[in-house]
Amino acid sequence: MTEIPKEEYLFKCTSACAGCSSSLVLRYVLKAAGPDTVLVMPACCTSVIQGIYPNTAMNVPVYNVAFAAAAACASGMSAAFRAAKKSTNVIVYAGDGGTVDIGIQALSGAFERRTDFLYICYDNEAYGNTGMQRSGATPTGARTTTTPGGKPDTKKDIDRIVEAHDPPYMATACSAYPHDLFKKVTKALSIRGPKFIHVLAPCPPGWRYPTEQTVEMGKLAVKTGMWVLFEREYGKVTINGPSRAAMIKPLPVEEYLGPQGRFKGISREAVDALVSLARRNAKRLSLEEEGVC
Amino acid sequence: MLTIATGNKAVAAAVKQVSPEVIAAYPITPQTEIVEQIAEYVTNGELKSQYIPVESEHSAMAACIGASITGARTFTATSSHGLLYMHEMVNWAAGGRLPIVMANVNRALGPGWNIWAEHTDSMQERDTGWLQVYVSTVQEAYDTTLMAFRIAEHNDVLLPVMVNLDGFSLSHINQSLETVDLGDFIPPLRLPHAIDVKNPRGYGPLTGPEDYFKFRWDIERSMRDSVKVIESIENEFFRRFGRSYGFTDDYQCEDADVVVVSMGTLGKEAEVSIDLLRKEGIKAGSMRIRWLRPFPKLDLKGRDVVVIDRDYSFGYGGILAEAVRSTCRAEPYSVIAGLGGQEVTYDDIAGFIRGRRPGEESWFGVTPDV
Repeated sequence: MTEIPKEEYLFKCTSACAGCSSSLVLRYVLKAAGPDTVLVMPACCTSVIQGIYPNTAMNVPVYNVAFAAAAACASGMSAAFRAAKKSTNVIVYAGDGGTVDIGIQALSGAFERRTDFLYICYDNEAYGNTGMQRSGATPTGARTTTTPGGKPDTKKDIDRIVEAHDPPYMATACSAYPHDLFKKVTKALSIRGPKFIHVLAPCPPGWRYPTEQTVEMGKLAVKTGMWVLFEREYGKVTINGPSRAAMIKPLPVEEYLGPQGRFKGISREAVDALVSLARRNAKRLSLEEEGVC
Repeated sequence: MLTIATGNKAVAAAVKQVSPEVIAAYPITPQTEIVEQIAEYVTNGELKSQYIPVESEHSAMAACIGASITGARTFTATSSHGLLYMHEMVNWAAGGRLPIVMANVNRALGPGWNIWAEHTDSMQERDTGWLQVYVSTVQEAYDTTLMAFRIAEHNDVLLPVMVNLDGFSLSHINQSLETVDLGDFIPPLRLPHAIDVKNPRGYGPLTGPEDYFKFRWDIERSMRDSVKVIESIENEFFRRFGRSYGFTDDYQCEDADVVVVSMGTLGKEAEVSIDLLRKEGIKAGSMRIRWLRPFPKLDLKGRDVVVIDRDYSFGYGGILAEAVRSTCRAEPYSVIAGLGGQEVTYDDIAGFIRGRRPGEESWFGVTPDV
């Protein structure tokens, strides 16, 4: 098993909600990145979790920047560090709204320009910081404050959008699998160029499940096949262990959807849509891994 | 070295000599020549900057911000819609106390599409915490761009500076340009709050009502302090290179009974009008405002004042006229002229002065049938 450093870069007693999995994600991201790191952060839950001036909950520099601007800000920062012959890690740490919606143009531009940075999208599938409004990453059928009847549209597939930029490394991860996440961040930071890691981060108040189930919820997402753990290294796909098992024998999707209040009363059609999308993605990834397409 | 250049090329020449570590820009008419020239310099090795060809102006300013906070010197250029598209980040740059220098080629706003000179674009960024200077000649564009870096980066300022030049009527006009040997006029930038991984800090986190206003006041304090810095950098520039400009460019104002106040190329045009009027026996003078922020103290006491605004605040009036009215307790004749590149000749300006109606407003060219 990978040795995870004992050093902590995210201090205790932050203002995160109880059971916040995105804080776990950040904890392991920073352990993998180490002290020679700058976080660039658009408006997101972590803007609050970092604390209120003059305090900071993070033991690395954090540059807060406007919602749409994170990847572009990181472009400038990375260019300046490299011009100064510094190898400092530049990591964007952004939520799903800041990534798949308002930040997508800057993200696309930074990847097209081969910016040397790591972009981490922690995905709680809605605008969590502002009280759970829908985002482009909200899945079909999920109730948010702006989709009180359940979201009629499909979750935007940011991974395929990022993939179209042909980055040297991209991966998915989940807060419930910290070793997997740690390894992926470490690997990403060893590669020069634009890297992307998309991390599912279950959210107890937003998804409406008991706080103590936050790790279990992430595991269920993977075990039911609703979230696939994979890496794409120089275009080559590898499906990671837990998802490989789930592809052979997934748990019934109801085990993942059932405990979540946001899916209460979801229609059969919406469940079918979720399942069929997940199966289609899994199949595409399997075929890619086999080199069939 | 004496050469011929457009306003745009003069800005690019100054930037080349200053050699910022990072330049991020997005092309827009009539600023394109600046970024094309810089890209050329970078490609042929004359300029060692990291040049980031961003996908939007919002990202251009964001990239400058990200670079600047590491302590790198940065530059960008834009115009009109580009400036407004980056508006959010324009605020962020000033709030982050980042000494970014930006050339803005003044251009009207759509609709309808209009690529010609107007000042409403930069006027809409008036309250962002940027220092703003408006130039009128190719030489002044070059000299002011050089000085802008020194002023922005001064420890008593640490605010971004916007150098404004009129679209086409300056950006694309060829005039003589005397470039200078910079020597040590632009020393290395030492940003006191640059990111240091050995001393990790949070930049721009949540800031509550008990602290936020202190940061706003700090911007204002630096804006006030910048007056002395601008004076001292101008003096140094004069000592080294023999040219100076001041907060306002005054022409025959000493004994003037009537002063025309304007900005940009119209201010140069006005000087010809003054010569005309003086021949007619009218004691007129021209005061061209260079620094809009910080706004200078104007001495207009006891004279008639005509203000030409190449901008407008709908439902209120000419923006420069309002500044003159409120800071000088004057009752100017407010003329709105030159919008969207509308031709305004020195004869027209002489006409504004002859036919002045203190306290009133007039839109040049607007007749009852318009």
